[in-house]
Formats: sequence, structure tokens, C-alpha cells
Amino acid sequence: MNAVTVPVAASTKAPGMSPRRALGAYVEEARSECLRYMRAPGFMLPILLFPGMFYLLFGVVMGKSEGADAARYLLASYSVFGVMSPGLFGFGVSLAIERDGGLLTLKRALPMPPGAYLLGKMLMAMTVAAVVVGVLLAMAAGLAHVALAPRQVALLLLTGVLGVLPFCALGMFVGTLFKGQAAPAMLQLIYLPMSFLSGLWFPLSMMPRVLQQIAPVWPSYHLDRLALAAVGMGQDAAWPHVLVLVGFAAVFLQLAARRLRRHG
Amino acid sequence: MNEAFPPVARLAGAVKHYDRLAALDGVDIMLHRGELLALLGPNGAGKSTSISLLLGLVRPDAGCAELFGMDPQRIEARRRIGVMLQSANLPPTLRVGEMLRLTASYYPDPRPLAESAELAGIGDLLKRPYGKLSGGQQRRVQFALALCGRPELLFLDEPTVGMDIDARQKLWAAMRALIAEGCSVVLTTHYLEEAEALAQRVVVLGHGRVLSEGSVDELRAKVALTRIRCVSDLDAEAVAHWPQVASASSIDGRLQVATAAAEHVVRRLLDTDPALRELEVQRAGLAEAFTELTRAPTLQEAA
Repeated sequence: MNAVTVPVAASTKAPGMSPRRALGAYVEEARSECLRYMRAPGFMLPILLFPGMFYLLFGVVMGKSEGADAARYLLASYSVFGVMSPGLFGFGVSLAIERDGGLLTLKRALPMPPGAYLLGKMLMAMTVAAVVVGVLLAMAAGLAHVALAPRQVALLLLTGVLGVLPFCALGMFVGTLFKGQAAPAMLQLIYLPMSFLSGLWFPLSMMPRVLQQIAPVWPSYHLDRLALAAVGMGQDAAWPHVLVLVGFAAVFLQLAARRLRRHG
Repeated sequence: MNEAFPPVARLAGAVKHYDRLAALDGVDIMLHRGELLALLGPNGAGKSTSISLLLGLVRPDAGCAELFGMDPQRIEARRRIGVMLQSANLPPTLRVGEMLRLTASYYPDPRPLAESAELAGIGDLLKRPYGKLSGGQQRRVQFALALCGRPELLFLDEPTVGMDIDARQKLWAAMRALIAEGCSVVLTTHYLEEAEALAQRVVVLGHGRVLSEGSVDELRAKVALTRIRCVSDLDAEAVAHWPQVASASSIDGRLQVATAAAEHVVRRLLDTDPALRELEVQRAGLAEAFTELTRAPTLQEAA
């Protein structure tokens, strides 16, 4: 039989991906993800404006009478408030919309390397988180005259950039539960009450005792403790908060990944 | 010769149920190298489910789906395919060139960006944001994304919906060029002339089963009728009783006759009515064959 030559012809293009090209695909995915959101004012403006406006109003203008400590305290709280939204909305809403609009289906059919999609969104959320904290830091230094050591600035940025991750996981989970435009409404229902209840808008000490006691349930409470410590206002140890946040992120990531695998 | 090559894509006895509804009920499809296979069928016939199985987006309940002899969910298999889905909302703020670059980055040996753009006819759109393009332009961009990885197999799900005639012709030309390179194509379409113009083989699906498979000519031959049209005073009722005439009707003096023996009937028509004008003889098209095939199986008295 002439079958000897045939298998050679059929498998001429054994598609091997060089490690460099494989890495390149991850980089391209992250780059595109960042570009597309940086260019979407409907996404970027609310994320930057809300914490910025709140900080200007409560931290800079009204904080004048309270002294620099109030401005310092609110810098940490509003940073956390600002960092939550790229995680929840950047991840959750975009996932919900892309599940609805067919983009995720297309990406699953294409040879996109595993995890590149989620990794890209994660990096996008981390970048936006850094921008939000950066803006607040500039306002604190320039307008409210909060004196921060370079180490404190770096620590707060780090807290923001890593602190966005548990909220990415939560957003991702909600994004797998709801399709399309139902997700943003649902996420608002999580975002705003959670911010309030963890003392991001008003210090917890000003709130009813019950709310103070349940505050440790919320991940944003723990991130706030870490942010306060970063700007030199924390008194408790950091590691329990870090552990809670890592655990929270791991649980929701697991839940979301399971739902994505099952339901797409 | 073709049989010596392993099939590029294969569904064998594929069954897929959604809830209790059978979307596919034992479908066999095989695609060889360099071949364009058109999947036709009314809505709900199982075209999209067949494609989803071959792309590994859903798993068959029974039977198997393979790409290049591999599980379609393996990335090694998917690196050899290009995909254009029926509806995909791509990121509106990304520029066309950026999307091409991203998609090409998934493949081991992609086409140069300019070549992909040229093939899909979007060379002038590279700098434009995707969201600012017209529907037809967006479809062409999606086509460019499908071919940019130099795939050996292209899945095109209703590729020319929303395109004007000119754009459609260009896309057909591009598809022919790809097939000439040895690329295989699975095409689903609602436009039968598209299948007629491009396909070497046509699979007609209905109710989750393969109703017919073969070349366009073979499919046409399933409906072995020819239509004769002319202007004549002959009584349609009488003509309908001629031997070998399947049916005849007359509207405003225009006589229309369906027959399996056109030569015979035309001769008799000309003999009987010397004043006959505007004679037209036309083989039944794919559209007629398709309608016949997908109609309820009891209604085949015409043949």
C-alpha cells in the first residue's frame, strides 16, 4: 500500500508553540484587556470619580476642621472603597457581559492559552486599582497636606494592587451567576452596603454596636485594616487580615471556576 | 485518495440533548483536507449544535466529536482551527489591528497581519475602533480573525449575514483562495446560492438528523424536476395530463410546467402551439431541492 508517505503529509504542521510565543499570548491578552477598559470612559470615570469626589468632600474640604488625621484615615478608607470597584465591576460585569455577548464562547473556541482570559482581567483590575490609589494619594498630598513617608506610599499602593484580588474573585463569582446587565445591578447591591458596613464611609466607632460586631464578616473590613496600617494608623497585627483575604479570594475563585467549567 | 488522509473533523453518531429535546440525534459528519462542506438546514435543525460539538464547546451525550483525530477541547487541536461564530460582540474600544494582533498571538505560526487584512479586505480599517464599524465591516473583521492563525480548518457560521453583495463576493473569493491553499472549511449558511457557489459537499440537517449528504449536483438530482415557463394559450389543465408532466399551471397566459423529461415535453409544447413565446427551461435549483428535503417526509408526491 502507499500508506507510507501519507501520515507524513498529514502531520507536516505539528503545531508546537514556542515558550516565547506562548508567553507572548498572555502578554497580548493582558495588554488588550487593559487597553479596552482604559479607553472606555463609561467604565473608568465612575471608578475614578466616586472615591475621588468623596475624598475631596469628606477628606479635604470637611476634614480641614478635623485635622490631618481625618484626612489620613479617610485616605485609607476611600482607597479601599476605590479599589473594590475595579475588582467587582471590572471583573464581574465584563465577565457577565462577555458570557452573554458570545465573546467568551469565541475565546473558548480559539486556542487562547488556558487562564489567559482571567489573568488578563486580573492584571487590568490591578492596574486600575493602582491608578485609583495613585489619584487619592496625589489628592491627599497636594490638597489635604497629609505627610506620608515613601514607605507608606508604597505600602498603600501595594495594599491596593493586591487587595483588589479578593474582589476580583467575588466579582467573577457574581459574573458567573448573572448574565448581561443583571450583573451590574447585583454588584451595586453588594458594593455599596458592604462599603458602608465595613466603615469605609464613616468610621466604625460612629456606628451601632451590632454593625461593629459583624464588620469582620466583610472582606473590605480586613482590607481597610491593612490600608490603615499602611498609612501608619493601624494598631493590630496584619497577618490575620491577610489570611482572611487570601481565604476569601480562594473560596470565591474556586466557586466561580467550578461554575464557569460547568455552565460556560 | 482522500480516504488515505485522516479526516480533519469528524462527528460519529453524535447525540446531544438539551433538557429532553434532542438537538442532535445520531449525526455523522466527516470532513477531509481541502474540502468545503456546507451545513444546511432550517433553524433548529442542529447546525449550531454540530459546530459547538466540533469546537469542543459542548460535549456529546453519546457518540464522538474529533478534530484532527483529537479531542476538540485539546488546545493542540484548536491551534489548527479558525473560528467565526454567528454572533460575537467583540470589544468595541479595541482597534481592528489590535484585535488581529491579539488573535494571531494564540497561534504558533500566524499569517503576517497585513496578509490577513488583505485577504479579508479590511486593510483600510486597521486603525479604526471595532465599535465604530458597520455590521458588514465587523463581519469582515471577524473573518480576518478566523483566518489570521493560518488555520488548516475554518469554521464559518453564517459568515455573510449583513454583508452587501460586493462584500459577499469578496469573501467568497477569499474562501476559494484559502481552500486552494489546502484549508478545509465548515460553512453554515442560510443563503443557498452561497452553498451552491462554494461547496463541494452539502449536508442537509433536519430535526437533528442528516437528511442528505452529497455534492451540490447530487442534492439537486434528488429533485429530478425541471421547470418550463412560456407564454402560451394552451390549457394548463390539458397539459397537466400529458405523459411525464408532474404539474402544470397557468397564470395570466404564462404557462408553467414541471417535468422530469424536459426535452420531450418542450418538443410537444412547440409542436402543439406554434405561437409559443419566451420559452425558459430551468433545472430545479438547490433551493427547490432543499425545500423538498426539509419538508415533512409525507409530502413527496411531486417526484
